[in-house]
Amino acid sequence: MAGIQRPLPQPTTRSAPFWDAAKRHQLVIQRCSACGIFRHYPQPMCRACHSLAHEWARASGRGEIYSYSVAHRAFHPWWKERVPYVIATIQLEEGVRILCDLPGVPLAEVAIGRRVEVCFEDVDERVTLPRFRLV
Amino acid sequence: MASPAADTNARALASWLSGRCAIAGIGQTPYTRGTQRSTLELHLEAALAALADAGLEADEIDALMPNEMSGVITEDLALCLGLPELRFSSTIRTGGASFISAIQSACLAIAGGVARCALLTAGRRGYSAQRVSKTSEGSMLPMPILATMDEFERPYGNSVAAQWFAQAARRHMHEFGTTSEHFGQIAVACRAHANLNPRAVMHGKPMTLADHQASPLIADPLRLLDCSLETDGAAAVVITSREEARNLRQRAIPILGLAEGHGDPPTSITQKHDMTEIEGLRRAAPQAFGMAGLVPDDIDCAQIYDGFSWITLASLEALGFCKQGEGGPFVLGGRIQLGGALPLNTAGGLLSEAHVSGANHVLEAVRQLRREVEPARQVPNCETALVTCEGDFHEGSVMILARE
Repeated sequence: MAGIQRPLPQPTTRSAPFWDAAKRHQLVIQRCSACGIFRHYPQPMCRACHSLAHEWARASGRGEIYSYSVAHRAFHPWWKERVPYVIATIQLEEGVRILCDLPGVPLAEVAIGRRVEVCFEDVDERVTLPRFRLV
Repeated sequence: MASPAADTNARALASWLSGRCAIAGIGQTPYTRGTQRSTLELHLEAALAALADAGLEADEIDALMPNEMSGVITEDLALCLGLPELRFSSTIRTGGASFISAIQSACLAIAGGVARCALLTAGRRGYSAQRVSKTSEGSMLPMPILATMDEFERPYGNSVAAQWFAQAARRHMHEFGTTSEHFGQIAVACRAHANLNPRAVMHGKPMTLADHQASPLIADPLRLLDCSLETDGAAAVVITSREEARNLRQRAIPILGLAEGHGDPPTSITQKHDMTEIEGLRRAAPQAFGMAGLVPDDIDCAQIYDGFSWITLASLEALGFCKQGEGGPFVLGGRIQLGGALPLNTAGGLLSEAHVSGANHVLEAVRQLRREVEPARQVPNCETALVTCEGDFHEGSVMILARE
């Protein structure tokens, strides 16, 4: 596997706070400062009230599996030896969704509705990835 | 479905456009696995075939809409066809939903008096280049809409469309009891129809439900035979006013209904309020039916975008052929096969004919209405046809055609 790099996020000005918080092992979600609605993925404007003012609020890290797939074929060489693996959409308590994998979870344990909580993987000195585990 | 008041608004909005334009010519290259041609050469070959079909010279084209996913741009076509006067062009960026949205753009230009004769081309070298199935280190297709997913989803291995739609299919199964066998019914119907179509890439390769169930999982619950083909080829359509089309070589095929709709939010399937619904089609359908003055029962055959079998199943729900969640039972009992109440994808579709960015569905609808397909797969007394495109994340466009 030498030389194959995992695709990693390239943070933008808009998304940098999300990834900076992940490095601190914190899950943060944008919240409109005017009306309080959470939103994800990061956007400059609140779609409900059109305010540009927002903050990054600490999320509880808890949620449940909204849907998932088990990837049996790799479409990037980094996963070639890692199939089958789970891709899951997590519905967070804050009402937004986040896509993640579920490392170390047996496939038979994965089901819609299972409760999960965030954990963090320090990939390298630049990037930490939020990941989830069953509770 | 939309309220009666919304339907009235939809009819009021677009009824002036109904039947103003017609498809005057269609053309295609052979659909193959392997080609020496470039994508542009394939588009040009299809374009010349469509022009010959219509009985038009190239220099009569004054509007161009090459499909966004092909990488072919307006200038490529204008240069090689030698167009003296280009008055209108547009590029629609909704992935697989683009082709019918581009037809809407052409109709607006023509009915609005800005152009007379539009040429639309589509198709990629999905086998000889850009093969999704080949493991690749590159980023996803460089479409701007995918930037968010590149950042937030690809690091977790959510890389290709089969994986994105697999989650929608899984949620649909969870909420409604839909099964893999239901997906298989769609795959089997498309393959049966492809076996009656000598131009289909899967012609001569029968498929049973057992074959479908035995095909390997790509992204559970989607199997290999739930996924559209990787093929090379292009198709083209010429659109004019209905009056002009009546004077050309072929029977005019009037466009009675047209609409596009979008899924909210547009960022990713994972973010959809209701992942199980092709929201773009659910929003577009009342507009298209209202414009045409028709209802689902009036449709004689349907060409439903089948990037994945699940998309077709969910599209039938979104269009109003059945209620949300009832797509599984709807496709049982031969209903969607030739001879059934709603023959679907009668040339084989993207699942078994070829992947031409959905343009092949338009060609098939025209051929059915012209009554010029092989007799074994001609829908009897075909007077109306419905065609859909689906792209990006639950964006949709729908068109209703009639026999003049």
